[in-house]
Amino acid sequence: MLRYTLKRLLSLFISLAIASLLIFAVIEVAPGDPASFMLGINAQEDTLAALRAELGLDQPKWQRYLSWVGGMVQGDFGTSYQYRTPVSEMIADRLWVSLPLALYALTLSTIIAFPAGIYAASRRGKAGDVGVMGATQVGIAIPNFWFAMMLVLIFAINLRWFSAGGFAGWDKGVFAAMKSLTLPAIALALPQAAILARVMRSSLLDVLDEDFMRTARAKGLSRGAALRRHGLRNAMIPVLTILGLQFSFLLAGGIIIEQVFYLPGLGRLIFQSISARDLIVVESVTMLLVFAVIVVNFVVDLAYAAVDPRLRART
Amino acid sequence: MNRSLILGGVLSALMVIAALLSFVWTPFDHGAMNIPEKLQTPNGIHWFGTDHFGRDLFSMIMVGARTSIAVACVAVGIGIGLGVPLGLWAAARQGGWVDEVIMRGNDLIFAFPSLVIAILITAVFGAGAINAIIAIGIFNIPVFARVTRGGALPLWAREFILAARVAGKGAARISVEHILPNIANLLIVQATIQFSLGILAEAALSYVGLGAQPPTPSWGRMLADAQTLVSIAPHMALVPGMAIILTVLGLNLLGDGLRDALDPKLRVARV
Repeated sequence: MLRYTLKRLLSLFISLAIASLLIFAVIEVAPGDPASFMLGINAQEDTLAALRAELGLDQPKWQRYLSWVGGMVQGDFGTSYQYRTPVSEMIADRLWVSLPLALYALTLSTIIAFPAGIYAASRRGKAGDVGVMGATQVGIAIPNFWFAMMLVLIFAINLRWFSAGGFAGWDKGVFAAMKSLTLPAIALALPQAAILARVMRSSLLDVLDEDFMRTARAKGLSRGAALRRHGLRNAMIPVLTILGLQFSFLLAGGIIIEQVFYLPGLGRLIFQSISARDLIVVESVTMLLVFAVIVVNFVVDLAYAAVDPRLRART
Repeated sequence: MNRSLILGGVLSALMVIAALLSFVWTPFDHGAMNIPEKLQTPNGIHWFGTDHFGRDLFSMIMVGARTSIAVACVAVGIGIGLGVPLGLWAAARQGGWVDEVIMRGNDLIFAFPSLVIAILITAVFGAGAINAIIAIGIFNIPVFARVTRGGALPLWAREFILAARVAGKGAARISVEHILPNIANLLIVQATIQFSLGILAEAALSYVGLGAQPPTPSWGRMLADAQTLVSIAPHMALVPGMAIILTVLGLNLLGDGLRDALDPKLRVARV
């Protein structure tokens, strides 16, 4: 296990290094000079030069890359060109919206998908299975931002149960905050639940064909008991992998949903910073999201190996 | 006959026909504004209604299908064009450093949140259909590389490949002449799936304003236009939404149907 962990850890660092280089390179070739963008078209050449020096834009590229990465390791994400505040503070504020939203959506997705997948698997080939699978096909085809608009139309505009957008803030109480995240979470969760239910079903079906399931039935367990005791546990492994992937997807996929609901999360921060040419914020938020995705995948891989010893031997 | 194949084929064909037909005929000029007839609900003259400028939604959907197909086609083309050769190469050098580098590179791209990177690329290099295509296409490369390698590896152990080697054919020639035809089924099915994902991705990028730019009509941008008007003109959101859903659904069903029709034993990783 130690060998496996070290090997995975090494590839984690390589991934992060390459990812940071790529993001830095993309931002580097971006047209437009942040200094002239901040000062407007009438700025004097010496003022521009002074601002570039202040922002560190006059240093060589490799030095800026190293100080960017070095800073991030210490939790310093640089200073926003636009607001002159530390990027880490801006990210921390927004994370309190994006992270709960992703967790909320993941919970909803699991609550919907597990029963649906188990039900479909237990009725393989029958009407119930066909119905659930048909519904998941449609669920996969629905763009989540369109679904979000429909939710707003029905539950915010017509029924007036929820507000159409905005975030109440955690200081208004947990209930109010969660309420303003409910429609976005549903919009994010449903297409993911469709995928998860399909994985759950096919994973369970694979397990149901195993010899040990027949043994369990032969020793007198009912269908349901055999499924609960032996089937689910074995079927969970691929499902957990997908759950890990989905979490990172939800964190990143929230970007578009945040636009629909005007939620002050990381996604809106990215878009606002893009239009203001506040590239240091774009760079750091992108890196943070990539970091989160890579680390979650790493943790899932490790958890997977811890649960299933066969995997350790293979790699 | 396979039901998903028929339903999926019909839905996909409808979209392609609408896109092709739009080159020669649409009920109205898709860009023509007609303010007196704005925000009409679907009726006998404007089959899908009109938008806030009085433009005919049916015509816009037809022309928008063109954008979706073009973006998805080229994005899948990038994936196949680069991913398949890489996958073949990796399989031919199984276990070697080429294989290792290609597959680790794949893992790396897989680990990136594709939407975030697509947004980054389009934001930095400018919003537009071309950059959207590139951004979506990049993430198709590892998908095809992996499917190709996965399909090719078991083939390399087969006798007919051994025979080809004995006959003196090199790895490149064997890959093209013997491996590729045998994994074509796999690639066709995967292409259908990536095509539908490409349409969804294009819609999302256009929705946030980073895809096709005006005056090119696009389903995603039609949805963005509809957002502020959804309370007074829900049909403006419903029409493009249904177009996206039916197209993606059709392509997914077509992919499933093709997989079953081409080879019942075949399983493609699709999540």
